Amino acid sequence: MQDKILDKSEVDALLERLGSEYDVYAPLRDEEGSVQWAAVDRSSDLVWDFSNTGVSPKRFVFPQTECMMRFKNRSDDAEGMIMKQEQGLQRHQALLNIRPCDAKALKVLDSVYCRDETSNDVYWRDKREKTLYVGLACKSPCPTCFCTSVRCGPHYEEGLDILLVDLGERLLVRPLTEKGADLASNLSDAPDEATQQAAQQKKEAEAAIRSQVGLENIDARGIMELYEAPMWDLEHESCLNCGVCTYVCPTCHCFDIQDETQGEHGRRVRNWDTCMSWLFTYHTSGHNPRGTKKDRFRQRFMHKFKYMPYKFDVIGCVGCGRCTQRCPVNIDVTEVVGKMNQQDPN
Amino acid sequence: MQELTQQIRSVAKRLLQEERVDCVLGYREGTVPMRERPFFAYTPEEADQLVWTRFCVNNLANFLIGRQDRVAVVAQGCVSRNIVGLIQEKQLSREQVYVLGLHSPGMVDSAKVQAQFPNRVIHSVEEDGEELLVNGADFQERVKVRDVKRDNCYTCTHRNAVIYDEFLGEQGEETGGGNIEKVAAPWESLSLEERWQRFEETFQDCIRCYACRDVCPLCYCNQCFVDENQPQWCGKTVEETDLHTFHILRAFHCAGRCTDCGACESACPVGIKMRRLTSKLEKDIRELYNYSPGLDMESTPPLSVYRPDDPEPFSTG
Repeated sequence: MQDKILDKSEVDALLERLGSEYDVYAPLRDEEGSVQWAAVDRSSDLVWDFSNTGVSPKRFVFPQTECMMRFKNRSDDAEGMIMKQEQGLQRHQALLNIRPCDAKALKVLDSVYCRDETSNDVYWRDKREKTLYVGLACKSPCPTCFCTSVRCGPHYEEGLDILLVDLGERLLVRPLTEKGADLASNLSDAPDEATQQAAQQKKEAEAAIRSQVGLENIDARGIMELYEAPMWDLEHESCLNCGVCTYVCPTCHCFDIQDETQGEHGRRVRNWDTCMSWLFTYHTSGHNPRGTKKDRFRQRFMHKFKYMPYKFDVIGCVGCGRCTQRCPVNIDVTEVVGKMNQQDPN
Repeated sequence: MQELTQQIRSVAKRLLQEERVDCVLGYREGTVPMRERPFFAYTPEEADQLVWTRFCVNNLANFLIGRQDRVAVVAQGCVSRNIVGLIQEKQLSREQVYVLGLHSPGMVDSAKVQAQFPNRVIHSVEEDGEELLVNGADFQERVKVRDVKRDNCYTCTHRNAVIYDEFLGEQGEETGGGNIEKVAAPWESLSLEERWQRFEETFQDCIRCYACRDVCPLCYCNQCFVDENQPQWCGKTVEETDLHTFHILRAFHCAGRCTDCGACESACPVGIKMRRLTSKLEKDIRELYNYSPGLDMESTPPLSVYRPDDPEPFSTG
């Protein structure tokens, strides 16, 4: 599709156009100076020079707490105890300036949530289909970013409807889907020099990524060999088994479903859950298949870098580096994966 | 700091070589700026990775819980106080730990440093005397340590280790220079409604990762109340009721035990000011029971024991 060009002074018009159809969200700077996702309606609030948000935007498609169904909590009532599906998202939403890695992450999760008719999560699909993804290419990657090692990158396009590249006073607008093309239809075509400038920026951003990991030995090695590798004995030692890594992660997607009642009201609600918690796999019998900290620590890395590639041919990680940045004891995903990928993982 | 790092390494090597301990628990350099990581050195060679900087924000007492081996542990004031607490609460025996006492220089709050460079990515931070050298891809600037210390380090009352088998370096100034009375319990001057509003604001961003709990040496229950499911005391959502239940109940469990080490604030991935609650606990316990946690192995934490003359100001309003 043809690249388009948009002067930053015209972003308000774009926001207005988006606003007529979508609830628009973007990374904004809050009072304390940190950048977080929030509703936006004027371009002066937009931030163009942020690295990324501390917590990923996955909650727009997969809320941390989501009511799935409601029921009347009375067994003596004909209408009682019958689950009624919640309505889906009322208004479509647009995620403006989403980083390519975060958009790719949702694409990765499609392989879990709506791969085929046997895995068709209606809650996920509803919001996925009602969301527009307008990405902003990465200009200055963090030292913890390693997206280029995991089939992603600072200008990665898959998962986006439009990719924006910040050229200073102007934005290069690259439509990537029909939805994106519609939105950009009234913009002028980008001059060649703008497309070239964007290509140059892509090269520079990719070159600026300092962390790299290899996955070739992980791919080649059998699951049990990796699972039983001695490396896990020491690597897990300082892990707290808290949920920071899983909750800031754009691709962690596990949940727990609970029925809650209060008086006559009842609801079925799902909440993010974390494989770091012993309770996550605790059986009614009292048996816990992941009974130790080591088991839980190993699971997170095996899931992303071995099980998901093996089952779905996707890597369960987009290299955003949030887990490394936020881990209270600085467990570094690139170090752990580096060890998994060693000739002799010990 | 360099000297102390060397001293920690040489003592650690000696203890390991002489087989006085099975491992030395300290800090090693992190891979992200301003966060050293907890580290167990099992061999004299591994001891060469130990460091001592102003970025040692984890409370190592937390990593002693449940260990069966003999551990030497690097401990500044607050960590040593939590070791005392664990001994009082019979989670640890004094003989099992070999405390390498230190004077805390006051640790750095990485969020405060980052706040000075709002649009810029910090690649590394080095210590240079009383200043920090902050490096990015295209900048290098200096920041004064005194402007970026953690809040709890300003109001610290025991910077020297309170128990130790060996003290490394010199004993130093005991307090952080800040007035705890002035900053503690910012609630107290507010009306009831304002207090509640402030409380709601404080915890509204919580994502319930439980890092505050899991990084805390007080939270060693086999099963935390939020993980109980028969019956389930606390819901699993991030709605207000469940969030508030978690934070209020956890705070109660920490009263009379919290040493204000700041590990919870340093661990929080969304920057919650945990000390708005814990500073109130510290103040209440000090004023009502004339007690400061973690100073005396023989004493009993006030909320672990009932006395007929216990102060009960809440019962009279």
